[in-house]
Amino acid sequence: MKFGVITFPGSNCDDDLYDVLKNTMNCTTVKLWHKETDLQGCDFIFLPGGFSYGDYLRSGAIARFSPIMDAVIKHAERGGYVMGICNGFQILTEAQLLPGALLRNVGMKFICKNTYITPVNTDTVITSCLQKNKAYKIPVAHAEGRFYASEATLDEMKSNGQILFKYCHPDGTIDDTANINGSIENIAGICNTSKNVFGMMPHPERAASEYLSNTEGKAIFESILKNVRA
Amino acid sequence: MPDTFLGIRKLLNWFNVTKELPTLETAQKLGLLEIEYERIKQILGRTPNFTELSIFSAMWSEHCSYKNSIIWLKILPKDSPRMLAKAGEENAGLVDIGDGLACSFKIESHNHPSAIEPYQGAATGVGGINRDIFTMGARPIAQLNSLRFGNINLEKTKWLLKGVVKGIGDYGNAFGVPTVGGELYFDDCYNVNPLVNAFSAGIVQTDKIARAISYGAGNPVFIVGSATGKDGIHGAAFASKDISEDSVNDLPSVQVGDPFMEKLLLEATLEIIATGHVIGIQDMGAAGLICSTSEMSAKGNHGMDIWLDKVPTRQANMKPWEILLSESQERMLVVVKKGQEKTIQDIFDKWDLHCAQIGVVTESKNLRFFMNGELVAEVPAYDLVLGGGAPQYHREYKEPEYFRKYKKFNINDVKQTNNYKDVARYLLSHPNIASRRWVYEQYDSMVGTANMTTNAPSDAAVVHIKGTKKALVMCVDCNSRYVHANPEEGTAIAVAEAARNVVCSGGIPVAITNNLNFGNPYVPEVYWQFVGAIKGMKKACEKFATPVTGGNVSFYNQSADGGPVFPTPTIGMLGIMEDVSNHMTLNFKKAGDLIFLIGYSKDDISSSEYLYSYLGIKESPPPHFDLNEEYNVQELIKILIKEKLINCAHDVSDGGLFIALAESAIAGNLGFKVTSDFRFRKDAWLFGEKQSRVIVTVDPDKEKEFMSCLKSSRNLLTRDENLGVEIIGTVTNQDLVIDNELFFTTWEASDIYNNALAKLLE
Repeated sequence: MKFGVITFPGSNCDDDLYDVLKNTMNCTTVKLWHKETDLQGCDFIFLPGGFSYGDYLRSGAIARFSPIMDAVIKHAERGGYVMGICNGFQILTEAQLLPGALLRNVGMKFICKNTYITPVNTDTVITSCLQKNKAYKIPVAHAEGRFYASEATLDEMKSNGQILFKYCHPDGTIDDTANINGSIENIAGICNTSKNVFGMMPHPERAASEYLSNTEGKAIFESILKNVRA
Repeated sequence: MPDTFLGIRKLLNWFNVTKELPTLETAQKLGLLEIEYERIKQILGRTPNFTELSIFSAMWSEHCSYKNSIIWLKILPKDSPRMLAKAGEENAGLVDIGDGLACSFKIESHNHPSAIEPYQGAATGVGGINRDIFTMGARPIAQLNSLRFGNINLEKTKWLLKGVVKGIGDYGNAFGVPTVGGELYFDDCYNVNPLVNAFSAGIVQTDKIARAISYGAGNPVFIVGSATGKDGIHGAAFASKDISEDSVNDLPSVQVGDPFMEKLLLEATLEIIATGHVIGIQDMGAAGLICSTSEMSAKGNHGMDIWLDKVPTRQANMKPWEILLSESQERMLVVVKKGQEKTIQDIFDKWDLHCAQIGVVTESKNLRFFMNGELVAEVPAYDLVLGGGAPQYHREYKEPEYFRKYKKFNINDVKQTNNYKDVARYLLSHPNIASRRWVYEQYDSMVGTANMTTNAPSDAAVVHIKGTKKALVMCVDCNSRYVHANPEEGTAIAVAEAARNVVCSGGIPVAITNNLNFGNPYVPEVYWQFVGAIKGMKKACEKFATPVTGGNVSFYNQSADGGPVFPTPTIGMLGIMEDVSNHMTLNFKKAGDLIFLIGYSKDDISSSEYLYSYLGIKESPPPHFDLNEEYNVQELIKILIKEKLINCAHDVSDGGLFIALAESAIAGNLGFKVTSDFRFRKDAWLFGEKQSRVIVTVDPDKEKEFMSCLKSSRNLLTRDENLGVEIIGTVTNQDLVIDNELFFTTWEASDIYNNALAKLLE
């Protein structure tokens, strides 16, 4: 089991993610430079958060053309695991490896704060160690995190169990007031139909350390290790 | 100042055509004094040409030369065993933090650009301060900022505040360094001239420190990063309406920031420094290329030949003086060991950044600038720089009339209110006191996964140094109302409060950086404030053993009526926490804990938010402050934290004891029940801002141990029994109760406190 974390120009959560995978979870992890075309034999590819290419166009819209993305797309098509967090999620929707799009937050402001999310489908590689109806404190930091999908796409996603996380209150209840960015149906994280490509706006790597007094995000990495290692 | 540059462009065109040498009149229009012009002629042994005159005008400007402040800055303490680079030696201060690591940190203002264009002004301020840190080889790990605006009810203030916050956020968030703390104040004196001070701190291995120096004849000189444009020429002073009246397709009024470029520049810079082939490196900030070439050369006792036509530019036909003085952002000057040109080039190619060799180091100690083979300027590096030949002036100073008037204030002339609840509500929702959540939620405070205060709030920001058990503890502090009321005392309070915040968070104060924001130094009453502030800072920094590692002086900050803003010497303090298990937080932990007030109270409401804003009495001295008492309180807190005897610590500052208690209750989602001290006026006890006080909570099971520790510490610290420690109440599950009167439910207090700023701004 080998993890790869891609560094795009402007990525800024690559080191944090690498740190959690390598030092907290004790996994073999390498960093992959966006100009490379080879995934160095990695089994699970992470696209980290940040501002690839400054987000000067739409978030993720330029990074999807980085040389390494061809290899990432092929990896995903072969059933390989790919997960995007925040800007990584935006890149994956731009690359059409994931459905929907991420629009500017309602309120038009960048938001960085702790949020609570609850798993909708615990039958996937990244959610199997999570408990249904439980709220996990995992922070967000984004200006363009409002998930949107057409009604038809949304129906399809629902029937396939592709909705993974929803924003909620600390007690797990889901309503409009818990919806921090205006995402459709409070959606915070999703996967593709084959359930090997994942994307979420909250940052689990920011909630996986005793030093930060918050380890609630570790359950996601533990799920991955449990399922993929086996 | 801006009008000194009237019509420069017209003059310049004229000189270009005629090739005539400029006169004293031109020198004066460039902001130089007659004696300075004479001195330049003496240094060169001839009359300078326009390019040379521009070089001197930039390097001898207040911003680069500190000519009106340096004489006083020199009296500040600079030494401590931890100091690896002293004030003024490098781009930022450098402090040894053990384990082979050093911390580079500094604060800098971007007041004038932010007053004109808040978004870009603030953004480029953030960019500039971070370059000062990573040019030393340090990776920035934390940013803070200190902001001051005018009356919050003015539309202009809201526009400025929103622009500044968005500018700081957009730049810092993309750059990828967390903003972990700061301060925000509103006062009418800042209506016209807001203050935007940005702080950054970074970590470097002591064997990887880069210096701003140049030596070794024949070594190549590179310019890297962004291309050079016509932005910011002659700094903020040139950013005036008069220039655009000429409207010659040039000069945007303020520099434009590009955080994406800065992020790439950060990574590439750290990579080239790690190769060990870099002789010296300096970022290009104020006065651009001329500042870097002269400061690096003067420090290394060498010269440079620079070929200006090799500088990558954004537009064709830029004049030599424009290239030299451009303040385009995200650029660095790098001197590399000869033969390593390709190594450096390859790294910048990897990051898709410009990297052009623009010259060589020479033995001569002179800077020679060429344009297409023609020598356009030749100046000795040493004579341009601070600490070299740049002028230094003593300025006249005089005690202002208001000072004596303020001292006459007597609390007995103020009738005591009988509606404490009303005052409490007023203060909880006051924009100078209420939660800054509306601001800080727009900043990425968590990137880097090292900010320990996100889930464990404390008086100062605590940032873990990965790979160690240590943390940096940082804060920015200055109550400028106190400084205005008494510059010496007020500035000592600013240092003391910063130290108190560090100590209450479990850190040990180590050093400070300062951002001295004042009015016009040529006004004797303003200069008196400046001198007083320096004296107070010296006194307090010596007491807390926190040398001044550098900072920034910003003069010419004027208020609406043309008078100066409150003197605002912002203190950026760095502390060290040797072991993160000492991290102390400010939130109440559990019902039943005993609440103690450490430090004496007094019948003192001077310069409090209560007196100044609620009662509208503007003329009073700063609150009572005694440096020795403050020191003893802090030493006691250090002991209590080390002995693990307290569950929380929060300093009593703006808004007084009530606000301190309310903040701890709100943060812990708990309540309190306290009894006021009959020896004092209740308004003074609740809302007075007498300094050197801290509230702590103690587990009832540890009360005995706590008391005996107090006893032994008292003797140890003060040799008398005079360190006031009083039990004032207990932590409860909910409700803020004082003298058996319910002030607010915790939920209510929290709602008022957390949403006040958003309500005022949206």
